[in-house]
Amino acid sequence: MNLKEYLAQKGYKDNPRRLMEDLIHLVFLILGLAAVGSVLVITIYLVISGLPAIFKIGPVKFLFGTRWASTAAEPEFGILPFILTSIYGTAGAIIIGVPIGFFAAVYLAKMAPKKVKEVMELCIGVLAGIPSVVYGLVGMTILVPGIRIVFGVPDGATLFAAIIVLAVMILPSVINVSLTALEAVPREYEEASLALGATSIETYFRVTVPAAKSGIFTAVVLGIGRAIGEAMAIMMVAGNVANMPSLFKSVRFLTTAVASEMSYSSGLQREALFSIALVLFLFIMIINAILNMLKTTGGEKK
Amino acid sequence: MIERISGGRRTWGIVMKALCYISLIAVTALTAFMIIYVLFRGLPYITPQLLLTKPSTLRHTIGILPDILNTIYIVIATLVVVLPIGVGAAIYLNEYATNRKVVELIEFAAETLSGIPSIIYGLVGMLVFCQFCSFGTTLIAGALTLVIMNLPTIMRTTQESLKTVPESYREGAFALGAGKWRVIRTVVLPTCINGIITGCILSIGRILSESAALLFTAGFAHNVNGFIEGLGSAGATLTVALYVYASERGEFDIAFAIASILMILTVIINLLTSYMGRLMKRRNGQ
Repeated sequence: MNLKEYLAQKGYKDNPRRLMEDLIHLVFLILGLAAVGSVLVITIYLVISGLPAIFKIGPVKFLFGTRWASTAAEPEFGILPFILTSIYGTAGAIIIGVPIGFFAAVYLAKMAPKKVKEVMELCIGVLAGIPSVVYGLVGMTILVPGIRIVFGVPDGATLFAAIIVLAVMILPSVINVSLTALEAVPREYEEASLALGATSIETYFRVTVPAAKSGIFTAVVLGIGRAIGEAMAIMMVAGNVANMPSLFKSVRFLTTAVASEMSYSSGLQREALFSIALVLFLFIMIINAILNMLKTTGGEKK
Repeated sequence: MIERISGGRRTWGIVMKALCYISLIAVTALTAFMIIYVLFRGLPYITPQLLLTKPSTLRHTIGILPDILNTIYIVIATLVVVLPIGVGAAIYLNEYATNRKVVELIEFAAETLSGIPSIIYGLVGMLVFCQFCSFGTTLIAGALTLVIMNLPTIMRTTQESLKTVPESYREGAFALGAGKWRVIRTVVLPTCINGIITGCILSIGRILSESAALLFTAGFAHNVNGFIEGLGSAGATLTVALYVYASERGEFDIAFAIASILMILTVIINLLTSYMGRLMKRRNGQ
């Protein structure tokens, strides 16, 4: 079918406006698909540049090797220290950050006077907007020397410092998402509980919180995603040595491993860095999948 | 009344309430501490010389004029590219799309994008824009990387405000004989301009605070350039400059000066977004 026939068949010939409308529709469709295209490009590029090194080094040796010596005469590329550091660091940040965020969210959702709530929302917005390097800078000048003095370790740039910085950085998203979930709980639930004789505090924690639990869980998963993907702030406070993780040792995360060597890497070392990024990407995709699952189950309930 | 609540229950309630207050105070104190500490350490070092000159090894002075300019360039370049794409995508999702599957696919993609850490954007940006498109390490490569990062933000805020445009506006315009594109251009878009502006402000905030994605794509040179020339060469934004001065050169005073500028901008951006939010709420309420 040639173009002329096609135009006639679609009725564009008699109606140029329709052609125009359909073209505009097409343009918007293409713009809409830009996001899909970006995700595809990111995935494909990471897989293409990350897989070869994994197979050159050997998947088991790469993932479970405990020594990373990329610039040694006989280089070794084991990223288990980075994986474990990322997991421990994230877990630590969650353990510290989530309870604080959770209780603050309950207060803001249920007990706070209007003025306090407005001020706190601004506070949380600022906390979320502070660039990660500023957190890193403050961590470098306060946390790192502080940890050295308080715990008597030779260098304060440790996993512990990174955990505290991460805990602060996940606070805003934990608070915001839990807050939205808590506020979405129908008022009738609480009224019923109050009518049965429960105190208001009991109602908030035994009725409202369980009703909002899928939203609060979403907040936790979101916090995990934030923590595992953070690079610059923890690069400045974690010391950046490829040790197996330990609370008061200098450590390197998956993200900081990539960031710290990228600028001077070459050859297999560079390819291995892309493989690390691929592993990180897999973690993030798993977290995304969990988030998506939570969202669909939450949607069904309504 | 007090008799009916047993001691255990009352203690539990007090403990829970105390935990809430402690957490709230912790969050407030943390925010106040961050702002005050950074401003306290940084503000004394903000001098005209710092703001208006470029670094000179001859005179041993450090100026952040190039970094300020680079930041402005990168914000403009990113917004110019991301706005049409993001707003267009939102319009497609809200006005045109009829196929449920396509909508779900696009929304899923946008959500995935917003979850990807910036260091991965930096790597992929380096591979795609610096190497594959052979832009090299330039501001434009950095800006394009940021375009992908900010796409979900613009899409989401625009879509949210598109949803608040009453259906009757569209129906009225259709009834007067306007085509779909004309309705969108003359009725729908002007009504949701607030949402688009909010998206822009949020994006500016993200661009200002971004460092990991720019380190490998835009580099860290400190040269004063014009806009076009600047986009074609490497350059550090304020945030990247902060990182370089703090962790590679040990210039903490300069780093804190930059941090206090960023902190002030963060507060302004947050005030603006909450103002925009209130504006939109008021309009929807009427």
